[in-house]
Amino acid sequence: MLKHLAAAATFAAIFAAPAQAQNYPSRTITMVVPFAAGGPTDTVSRLVAESMSKDLGQQIIIENVGGAGGTLGAGRVAKADPDGYTLLLHHIGMATSAVLYRKLPYDTLNAFEYVGLVTEVPMTLVARANFEPTDLKSLIAYAKANKDQVTYANAGIGAASHLCGMLFMSKIETPLTTVPYKGTGPAMTDLVGGQVDVMCDQTTNTTNQIKSGKIKAYATTSKERLAALPDVPTAAEAGLPGFEVGIWHGVYAPKGTSSEIVQKLSASLQKALKDPAVVKRFADLGTTPSSDAEATPEGLKTKLTSEIDRWSPVIKAAGVYAD
Amino acid sequence: MDILATGQELIANLGLGFSTAALPINLGFCFVGVLLGTLIGVLPGIGPTATIAMLLPITFNFEPATSLIMLAGIYYGAQYGGSTTAILINLPGESSSAVTAIDGYQMAKQGRAGPALATAALGSFFAGSVATVLIALFAPPLTEVALKFGPAEYFSLMMLGLVASVALASGSVLKALAMVVLGLLLGLVGSDVNTGAQRFTMGFLELADGLNFVAVAVGVFGIAEILRNLENETDREVMVKKVTNLWPSKEDFKAMVAPVLRGTALGSVLGILPGGGAVLSSFAAYTVEKRISKTPERFGKGAIEGVAAPESANNAGAQTSFIPMLTLGIPANPVMALMIGAMIIQGIQPGPNVASEKPELFWGLIASMWVGNLMLVLLNLPLIGLWVRLLTVPYTMLFPAILAFCAIGVYSVNSNAFDLFAVAAFGLLGYVLVKLECEPAPLLLGFVLGPMLEENLRRAMTISRGDPSVFVTRPLSATLLVLAVLVLVVTFLPSVRAKRDEVFQEDA
Repeated sequence: MLKHLAAAATFAAIFAAPAQAQNYPSRTITMVVPFAAGGPTDTVSRLVAESMSKDLGQQIIIENVGGAGGTLGAGRVAKADPDGYTLLLHHIGMATSAVLYRKLPYDTLNAFEYVGLVTEVPMTLVARANFEPTDLKSLIAYAKANKDQVTYANAGIGAASHLCGMLFMSKIETPLTTVPYKGTGPAMTDLVGGQVDVMCDQTTNTTNQIKSGKIKAYATTSKERLAALPDVPTAAEAGLPGFEVGIWHGVYAPKGTSSEIVQKLSASLQKALKDPAVVKRFADLGTTPSSDAEATPEGLKTKLTSEIDRWSPVIKAAGVYAD
Repeated sequence: MDILATGQELIANLGLGFSTAALPINLGFCFVGVLLGTLIGVLPGIGPTATIAMLLPITFNFEPATSLIMLAGIYYGAQYGGSTTAILINLPGESSSAVTAIDGYQMAKQGRAGPALATAALGSFFAGSVATVLIALFAPPLTEVALKFGPAEYFSLMMLGLVASVALASGSVLKALAMVVLGLLLGLVGSDVNTGAQRFTMGFLELADGLNFVAVAVGVFGIAEILRNLENETDREVMVKKVTNLWPSKEDFKAMVAPVLRGTALGSVLGILPGGGAVLSSFAAYTVEKRISKTPERFGKGAIEGVAAPESANNAGAQTSFIPMLTLGIPANPVMALMIGAMIIQGIQPGPNVASEKPELFWGLIASMWVGNLMLVLLNLPLIGLWVRLLTVPYTMLFPAILAFCAIGVYSVNSNAFDLFAVAAFGLLGYVLVKLECEPAPLLLGFVLGPMLEENLRRAMTISRGDPSVFVTRPLSATLLVLAVLVLVVTFLPSVRAKRDEVFQEDA
């Protein structure tokens, strides 16, 4: 039913194009999240959308279009009407998909307008509770000594845990045996159960397990220590400088969306990121909102291009493709 | 440990739980949840995952306990409702009710839809109550059991499940085997989890994550059944005319007690296993009943045990699948992942600390499960008469409505039109299978278990560095494999016997 209303409204909007930008938004906005509901990206999206809805005076509805590592949802938005009523909230996968997929249904750098960065969720390098190495240095030594005996769990190709693992292995110049899972849930279950040795995942998934002692943490992949895990050193402190990964999230609109609308959305995003409720929930997740400078079209564009440049050699060296 | 003190602690905890669950607002939303769950369960194709996802934003404004109580209500309410369409129109909305359709639909055809629905409701209530007590008493130790299951154990469990699935066949064992294999093949579609290589996706990005389960199930069961019905109207007239009593007879009650108990036990144990647990439990319960029955030939022809056992098992499993979520913050299935999402949105970090940090939430949710189950049985029993009357709705109205709901339901899973084409294709396939007298249940089980079997095999082999002996050196895994061999042997023997029976029949 909603779909039909939305379709009818889109139709009407095309004919009302000139007046569009001033009145924007005059109806419900759909924000496509290219992952399943309930996951970390979905949670971030809902928190931001809730706050932006209040500011814009129109409801932002989250539509979960999961599948194919987020490329299906991104493809959907790339083809949507550029009227500001269909947006995309995607994470680092926007950059890495450009390398992981040889055939994408959209052109990553030319199919979207940039609204702004939302947040960058740090990651933690963790291991099963009874794994021998006690700190990052001894882990690296252990990994080198035991060659590929060390098993590394990830949540599937293109997942945050997969990216972090590739970067870790390229930094320590030692391959670990990769054990892929379908999603973080089963991977974490096997890590807690002691079936696999090491994993690197977003704080959203690891913080509580670390605090309860079900798994142990070697390092965070952030520049500074995290408020939620004050005892865990950063990778640089623990002896592996340059091992920095953050799962950054950005808001996009289809190419051709008017700059007035993009600016309006960007301003609203910046407001939402200062909303105390959002700040607090982000802190619970172990992350912080992006700054005003980052939550801009330029901020997101810079991030996207630099991340594509950064991950291309890592992914190509690992020789993996998702298609 | 001091048993007396633990007992007192438990009573205190449950007291806290019930006082939370009994708050008017929580009672109200518990009711809203189970009612909604029943409705979406009854509507074919619309599952709890999509519903909970849609309602998630609304729960922003509730107290954490209230929102979780409601969302949980939707989940187990859907388990009740799901069996209704499986029994009445042979259309399981979820993998767990696929088994119920086998004998439930046959019962309905014989005019015994009422007793079938009542059996499902009562069995579910009993199982739900037992599972709630289990959660309250043993959640942490049960979690430890679940953690003992590594890839090798899962592989052996899936193996056992596949071998046992042949027992789902009421006709030819050979055809059932063929269906399992076809299911396994369908399960191969999608990205290879290790390398990302695309298998049988034929260039469709939509197939990268494999075929959508709901699309396959709705197609081979529901659409195929509609097509079959279109060619002869007579079946249905019989079905409606014969409706006599709505309540199970004394003999029915006698026949269902043991299967309900066994189904509850199996479901409670398998439900705690992340992933395939809840799916396997109803299949396993059905297989066990058929195996130990003195009259296995009644199965597939409307045996009440074939409804009682899997329905109890799937409800028990649905309940105990909360255990890993509550004690570890690890989701056992997509619905639990949503529950975790709901907690995070509420500012609660799911994990081992929830029980100590938010006891009113933890125990309130557990207590609400029992309250919700009670509401469900009170809600569903009077509705049976209404559901059965649904059978009298003319085809011309019923079928378009079912098709529309199926389409909405399938679309809502991924908001993807591709899945609708898949439903159509599988509807045709299902119709062909009906014509060939091949049953869809083994196909569905192969389809569900195949990918898990493969993933865990490769995972176990990766971890063991290519040493296949892990499957027999790990005690749990070895036990499961031995069971699989035993089932294989017992499956083989009766089929030989059955063949002889057939021969004798033909002679006579």
